[in-house]
Amino acid sequence: MAVKTLIEAIRDALAEEMRRDPTVIVLGEDVGYRGGVFRATEGLIQEFGEERVIDTPLAESAIVGVAIGAALNGFRPVAEIQFADFIVPAIDQIANEAARMRYRSAGEWWCPLVIRAPFGGGVHGGLYHSQSVEAYFTHVPGLKVVVPSNPHDAKGLLKAAIRDDDPVLYFEHKKAYRLVKGEVPEGDYIVPIGPARVARPGRHLTVITYGLMTTYALEAAERAAAEGIDVEVVDLRTLYPPDKATILESVKKTSRALVVYEDNLTGGFGAEIAAIIAEEAFPYLDAPVMRLAGPDVPAMPYAAPLEEAFMLSPEKILTKIRELAAY
Amino acid sequence: MAVKVLMPQLGESVTEGTIVRWIKKVGERVEKYEPLLEVMTDKVNAEVPAPATGVLREILVPEGETVPVGRELAVIAEVGAEAETGPPSPAAPAAQPRPEPAAVGADVVQQRSSPIVRRLAQEYGIDLSEIKGSGIGGRVTKEDVLRYVAERQQAAAAVKETPPAEAPPPAGPDEEVIPVSPMRRQIAQHMVHSYQTVPHAWLAVEADVTRLVRLRESAKDEFRRREGVDLTYLPFVVKAAVEALKEHPMLNAVWAEDKIILKKRINIGIAVALEDGLVVPVIKDADQKSIAGLARAIADLTDRARAGRLTLEDVQGGTFTVNNTGALGSVISRPIINEPQVGILTSEAIVKRPVVVDDAIAIRSVMFLCLSFDHRVIDGLAAARFLQAVKRRLEAYDERTSIY
Repeated sequence: MAVKTLIEAIRDALAEEMRRDPTVIVLGEDVGYRGGVFRATEGLIQEFGEERVIDTPLAESAIVGVAIGAALNGFRPVAEIQFADFIVPAIDQIANEAARMRYRSAGEWWCPLVIRAPFGGGVHGGLYHSQSVEAYFTHVPGLKVVVPSNPHDAKGLLKAAIRDDDPVLYFEHKKAYRLVKGEVPEGDYIVPIGPARVARPGRHLTVITYGLMTTYALEAAERAAAEGIDVEVVDLRTLYPPDKATILESVKKTSRALVVYEDNLTGGFGAEIAAIIAEEAFPYLDAPVMRLAGPDVPAMPYAAPLEEAFMLSPEKILTKIRELAAY
Repeated sequence: MAVKVLMPQLGESVTEGTIVRWIKKVGERVEKYEPLLEVMTDKVNAEVPAPATGVLREILVPEGETVPVGRELAVIAEVGAEAETGPPSPAAPAAQPRPEPAAVGADVVQQRSSPIVRRLAQEYGIDLSEIKGSGIGGRVTKEDVLRYVAERQQAAAAVKETPPAEAPPPAGPDEEVIPVSPMRRQIAQHMVHSYQTVPHAWLAVEADVTRLVRLRESAKDEFRRREGVDLTYLPFVVKAAVEALKEHPMLNAVWAEDKIILKKRINIGIAVALEDGLVVPVIKDADQKSIAGLARAIADLTDRARAGRLTLEDVQGGTFTVNNTGALGSVISRPIINEPQVGILTSEAIVKRPVVVDDAIAIRSVMFLCLSFDHRVIDGLAAARFLQAVKRRLEAYDERTSIY
């Protein structure tokens, strides 16, 4: 197996799916000759041509709207939103159109659409290039929301998303693009949308997280182990619909749960996970369900010390692990 | 600090225990884990270790009394805390300062138990004040409870034989008083309870076991050589009973007032006579064993019963009882049911008798099979069918029957 970066795994998945299925097309800002600002689509236009790799105007609502139209006409479009921060103008298309297409047409129409968007901070992106936006979409039934944490899952989940007949939001942590490397199997495989993964088994408490925070949580868990705290890490992979069974099984075993997410604390997706645990695993709990998340401030600051204060880190997760273990 | 001694949970289904003997007297010093008292449940006695080092300050439950699991039995004053709990000195101020109301925060956390801790405490009958908490503000955590339970179970596993009974009261001029041992008392209570609460009905059938006798005769020497244990008739009877129970599951059940609970596992209690009493160790999942396997299990349980080395686990969970009264020479008996089981089967002595076979008189080996059953659960028809099923199987054994 080859060791790849997360972004290489995404690029491979796109190219392989486009080779496999001529209805797969890619569209977005600078995805063509520029190869995407993060180089996720590099080489695609050379291999598949301008008809299947489409540079779009700077208009997110149009990108998604066009993609929905293409999906309804037999294509499997993969729309790229250059930064997740800019997905907001497209929410009307996503939530009001794509998400309910199957429902409002009583199954006559459906929308096999993937929207890829890099999200997350810690890269000095400032207010408009650092946000976590997953909670806008995990609130919308009809959408699927996935966030891979490693190259293996990135490739497998993107393939599963492209083959899915309904809209999937695929969020990629931009700091993880080149930071997170891992083995990726040769050949075709998918990681099914739905199941979470126990990234590290442990006995004393469960950290439930996703995206880059999985990497941070695993690092914190290793350090906690040296202090005698055996941490289980659950990598959600799919946020919506959530894999309740895996979450609950883990928490019932450890009796302590810490939910970690980079988004703002209040109303972040982790709040939903905390609610599921409180509601369905209450008799098994030995401590309050705890959350560690970004602060409730309007956006990730640009100034380095402030960004550091906002961003989660393995140290911050370790401190919270200690707090929960000591309860 | 004063530490409470509680009635321990000496097995999953045990809800109460009887104080057999206080090993320590009030005022005596005890070391942590040192035997403090003996408790009896079912037919096994266990020593309860002291939960702390200190002085036995107070005994709250006298010998002979039966109390539920979790009940406070005694108080140990921890060493160094004597002054605190001792009688007040004359110089002590008349009015003690009132304790401050607990501050919100760590204290509140300490008093509050998490859902899992509360559930475990209830499950194991634990007084949480017994446990030293390692959580925030001394809160008792799940880990604390599980560690405590593990320690307690280890202590309870130190199950020992019946102790010498207490001194008897003086005898009259022409009588001899025999003190009742805890085991004797336990048997007495159990038998009275069973006989008074369960409406016993009784049936017996006669089985022609001539071919079984031949089978055993031909196999027993080889079996002894290979297995190192004797091949008696009991494993054959147990095997036949187990198969009949599979066919008639109502006999493998429990009467629970408003319902009848069928037991999915077949665990056969084997009555083992001791010089001074009786124990009924249990062959777990007897339906999973061959005749040879049953023979080995019976030999193991019997040996350990006679050596006084049965564990609590060994005597729990029986769903039906088989008693080989034939070994005592009995040809017919009316056993008392081992309540809450539904039935008890005896296999009586095998005797040669002239019987009529095909209108001719033949000498055959025959035995009685007797069944006492709980008439609340089943009636004569079901009991007779079960007994016929046992008989049919015993009569079907012959020299071609595999005992492995």
